[in-house]
Order: sequence, then structure tokens, then C-alpha cells
Amino acid sequence: MINKVIPSLEEAVADVHDGATVMIGGFGNAGMPSALIDALIAQGARDLTIVNNNAGNGETGLAALLKAKRVRKIICSFPRQADSHVFDALYRAGEIELELTPQGNLAERIRAAGAGIGGFFTPTGYGTLLAEGKETRLINGRHYVLESPIHADFALIKALRGDRWGNLVYRKTARNFGPIMAMAAKCAIAQVSEVVELGELDPEAIVTPGIFVKRIVKQEAA
Amino acid sequence: MKRMTRDQMAARVARDIPEGAYVNLGIGLPTMVANHLPRDREIFLHSENGLLGMGPAPAPGEEDEDLINAGKQPVTLLKGGAYFHHADSFAMMRGGHLDICVLGAFQVSAAGDLANWHTGAPDAIPAVGGAMDLALGAKQVYVMMEHLTKSGESKVVAQCSYPLTAIGCVSRIYTDLAVLDVTPNGLAVREILSDLSFEELQKLTGVPLSRAA
Repeated sequence: MINKVIPSLEEAVADVHDGATVMIGGFGNAGMPSALIDALIAQGARDLTIVNNNAGNGETGLAALLKAKRVRKIICSFPRQADSHVFDALYRAGEIELELTPQGNLAERIRAAGAGIGGFFTPTGYGTLLAEGKETRLINGRHYVLESPIHADFALIKALRGDRWGNLVYRKTARNFGPIMAMAAKCAIAQVSEVVELGELDPEAIVTPGIFVKRIVKQEAA
Repeated sequence: MKRMTRDQMAARVARDIPEGAYVNLGIGLPTMVANHLPRDREIFLHSENGLLGMGPAPAPGEEDEDLINAGKQPVTLLKGGAYFHHADSFAMMRGGHLDICVLGAFQVSAAGDLANWHTGAPDAIPAVGGAMDLALGAKQVYVMMEHLTKSGESKVVAQCSYPLTAIGCVSRIYTDLAVLDVTPNGLAVREILSDLSFEELQKLTGVPLSRAA
């Protein structure tokens, strides 16, 4: 019997290795898998490359992972916020590398990795600092920039409900990067509010089919 | 010199958004446009973090941390609204499906180049978010900004001195003094929103203006 439900948060992240690339879902705090991040902090993996839209808010979640000095590099679109002081201090001290990417490129680079695309041309960023040094092409009279996919070893995401085959549904705008990060990582781990029986999720409404998900864990699991 | 207030600017932009338009309102001044949309028009507001059919702010106590806009403020969803993931959301922009995007700006050039994401200051931590996608992702890109900087310099310029967000993307500029159309022949004054004459407006503006046909 296939059962992707892992009994504890600790076991769910046990094999995240030093130097891993880890995608973390969420847009600000909406959709941030805080229980999995806390488990990752306790697990101790370091030298991580993190992919997230932001670079942490306040002192919890992703900001706490940064504060614990576990992150070597972050790939994101919008690091600087009113409450991004943990990232700001690390960045100014030269203790974290930043790869800034426009938000649509970030999403499409993640999606491309998940869909087996080797790269894509996009008009976003053409002629700006963020396209410097990148290959460009004129297609039907419009200028495009070549962008590459972002693959990851792990994705930590948050969903509302999941079943033992790994099917997921999300809640409101907490969906954001979850579905595409699940596709782009070798091992996607979802923390869910509720584990349901097979068949309880409406197949017409499943957002992430289980093929993209390796592990499910209840967010209040030990 | 009379200037429009921020609310008056938002109301002026709102007047030009037609029934049925799919619209993204950027963070800051453009967000205020939502408060002035005519109630007798159905207009679809898109927020890049994954919703279409965005409604007004919730009543106090009704906030839901899973239902926010791109500025990370709590919002509501209208009946008929939808949620979707980030790649779909940006495909709505990048695929040219939005009708109108309203953005703030530091500077706009006469050719419609936009600078709105980075001051270029050496100690600034750069953050771009969706700015570069929004700038290219709508059929019409409207900019809302004060006409002049605090020190009185024109924000409408011959060439942007701040780092660019996108080249030639702006279709119309709404300032606190005027509405300017970006045309192949430069900027055309569509409307003066102040008590200035055309000549006085021209004197304050960094590039040659023409009268709209």
C-alpha cells in the first residue's frame, strides 16, 4: 500500500543534506510551511540554497532559518521589506548571497524545471540590470532574454488537505508557489492541516496531483 | 499652482477603467484606485499572488492570513473570483491577458521607459518583485506619480537616470498636474488637471509636450 504520510515533521525532513537547494513555498506568511521550516532548523542542515519569493519576515519561519546561519544563498524576487531585518543584516555583512529575479521569471523558472524545459525566452527584464550578461534574442520584433530553470533537491510547501497518495488542495492565496515548487523538486514535502482518506478530495478539484509529492505530514505532528 | 490630491488622482484614473476590464493595481498610490472604481461597472481586479476578482479590505476582525494581496494586506474575494498558482498568475500578465496595469514610478521617459523598482543607491538592497512583469504584461500600462520630485524636478524625463524596469512600456501617465499619452511622436497632453496653461505645464516638464489631437 502506498502511504506518503510521514508520522513526524522530524522524519519528513531528516534527509535534507548540507548544500541542498530547498524551495520554500509562501508569499510573505501566506503559504509559508512554518512547521517544516522549524523541523529543518532543528535538523541542522547548513549551507543551503533557498528559493522563496521573499527573504523572511520578522523572526519566525524563513527568517529564523536565516538567523540560524543555515543559508548560503537565496534566490528570490523581493527580499527587502519593512520586517526583513534578519536578511538585511546578513546581506549587508556579506554573509548571504542574493540572486534577485523578477517574480514572474522566478515562477516560470520554477515551472520550467518542473516541466522539463531547458530554458525559455521572456521579455521581462530586457534592457535592465537584471538581464545583464544574459543571452537575448529578437523574436517577431520583440526583445527577449534567455532564462534558465530552477531545480531543487527539496520543496517544503503548505497545503490545506492531502491524502496518502500525495494529492493536495490549498487554501486561498496560500496556494501561490506550492504547486510549481512541488513539480520542480526531486522531493516535495507538504505540511497539511488535514490528512483525508483516498477519494475524499474531489478529483475535479485536486490542484497538485500526487505524482509531484513525495511526503505529506500533518502540521501539528510531533 | 493647483495640484490633485492622491485621492483625486486615483479617482481620475478610475474614471478611465471600462466595464469588463481585467486590471492589476500596483502597490502604493495605484492601490487607491480600487476605492474609486465606479460601482456600476464590473471590473476584474487581479493580484499577482494568485487571485482574480479581488474585493475590498475585510471588516475589522474578518481578516484571513491566507487571503492577501500583492502588498500582503488582507483582502476579500468577490463572488465569481478565483485562486490560482503563481505561474498561472504571471502567465495572465506575461501572456498579455490583462487589459490595464496601473503602476507607480520614480521616472518615466518620453519614449515610455519606466523606472520604478530601484533607486540605484549603492547601499540599497535591491528588490524587484513583480514590477518588471507588470510593466510588460498588460495591453495598457498606466503610470501614476507626482509630476515633480520634492525638490521640484520633473519626473517625466528625456532619459531615466534610475535603473530601468522596462523599455518603452508606458502608454499613459497620470500626474497630479496632467494626463499625458505616450505616442510615437513623444508625449501628448490629454488633459491638464491643474490651473496651469499648456505653456506653464511645458515649463515644468522635462521633455517637449504636444497638444493631444
